[in-house]
Amino acid sequence: MARLTLPTDEATIRSLRVGDFVELSGRVITGRDAAHHWLVQSFRQEVAPYLKDSAIYHVGPVVRKNPDGTYGFVAAGPTTSAREEPYQATVIGMYGLRGVIGKGGMGRKTLEGLKKFGAVYFHAVGGAAQVLAERVRRVETVFMLEQFGVPEALWVIEVEDFPVVVTMDAHGGSLHEEVERHSQQRLQELLGAAG
Amino acid sequence: MWQEPELTERFVSVIARASTQLPSDVVEALRQARDQEDEGSLARKALDTMLRNVELAQGAWQPICQDTGTPLVWIHHPPGVSTRMLVRAFTEAVKKATAQQLLRPNAVDPLTEKNTGNGAAPGIPTVHCEEWDEEALEVRLLLKGGGCENVGAQYTLPNAELGADRNLEGVRRCVLDAVHRAQGQGCAPGILGVCFGGDRGSGFVESKRQLLRPLHDRNPIPVLDELEQRLLREANQLGIGPMGFGGKTTVLGVKIGYLGRLPASYFVSVSYMCWANRRAGARISPQGDITWLD
Repeated sequence: MARLTLPTDEATIRSLRVGDFVELSGRVITGRDAAHHWLVQSFRQEVAPYLKDSAIYHVGPVVRKNPDGTYGFVAAGPTTSAREEPYQATVIGMYGLRGVIGKGGMGRKTLEGLKKFGAVYFHAVGGAAQVLAERVRRVETVFMLEQFGVPEALWVIEVEDFPVVVTMDAHGGSLHEEVERHSQQRLQELLGAAG
Repeated sequence: MWQEPELTERFVSVIARASTQLPSDVVEALRQARDQEDEGSLARKALDTMLRNVELAQGAWQPICQDTGTPLVWIHHPPGVSTRMLVRAFTEAVKKATAQQLLRPNAVDPLTEKNTGNGAAPGIPTVHCEEWDEEALEVRLLLKGGGCENVGAQYTLPNAELGADRNLEGVRRCVLDAVHRAQGQGCAPGILGVCFGGDRGSGFVESKRQLLRPLHDRNPIPVLDELEQRLLREANQLGIGPMGFGGKTTVLGVKIGYLGRLPASYFVSVSYMCWANRRAGARISPQGDITWLD
């Protein structure tokens, strides 16, 4: 199990390959549907420093507000990344992201973006909201909470030993494309063998 | 008979259980799946994480998954109970559970694009009420997340591309196609609720109601039981595996129901439920005592 501290650099990211288990530590920013749409509309100066050389986490967390005004993540597993496919490569390029954390993988456009800009896709286990929330050590700040609501806001968090698997790398490798191809072949065999 | 506030409290308990305690049949199925996967494989690792997550959620009474889904509830009630009161009480329970972080504020107004913040909005929660002859109230709840809801599919038969005619073989072809299309996106290994017949709306509702059946529940209709077992076997031959990482377990169960159809229509509706199959069932006695159901 490799350990990786965020923010990171291009050479480190390009050394990762599909199938690598990685534990992430450091600063990560969350963002999902509304955030991606917002990030590509214009360059968002206020959040840019948090995205540079770090990773965006596709998640809509359950959040507790503590009596002292701070926040805590109660449940925080990944959401389906495919919905960000139209925006992701642009966001990576615009803000200099080195990683995308999510589930289900992403398509061709993102894969090209990862290769071009030097970034990878980290797959977290969907539904594992408690295991992953436990790895969120601190909520640093939040953007667009009022406008987007709790699940869609951009939360800046600090994670420690956050477990992920590289399923799309910066060399054009994608586990999702492999599995899809294989299951397509099996499907054709099963449909050929009519009952 | 029940007062609205006490019923609301009982409903909060049902929601808490569904959101935090994974049913034992599903946990057992995940354990068996884990034991079948190769040591050191991504599939086994993913299943290990799921099982650990289930334990953590159970101990802390915190949501298994942060997407606490659409609350879909089916209530059977004795004669004379106001269904408007039941809907009000359940909606209030959703708001309370949201305030307690048992549910995420999960309802968005699509016109204003604002999250309502309290978990409720028109159509959320979805409450189905049906009268029966018993004295007790029966509540069956499913919390169905958005990721798996997005990979649900509806087919109209015949479908030339799939070679699917209007018969059970046609249903089989649709279901296998739906599993392939879903890949890992719906948080595999999933559970499939299927309905053939009905209209576009009722077909999907019935397919979801099928998801209330425990995994070990066998279909009383022999041809459907056979089809359920066969599809479970065949879907697992697709090799999609947990989270779409590749592996032996893609589906944990297949449940099939049907509804009457028009001569012109033959729908096959497939609802995909993620591995975090959050369902809870309870009987509430006239005195307010809860008995948990499978």
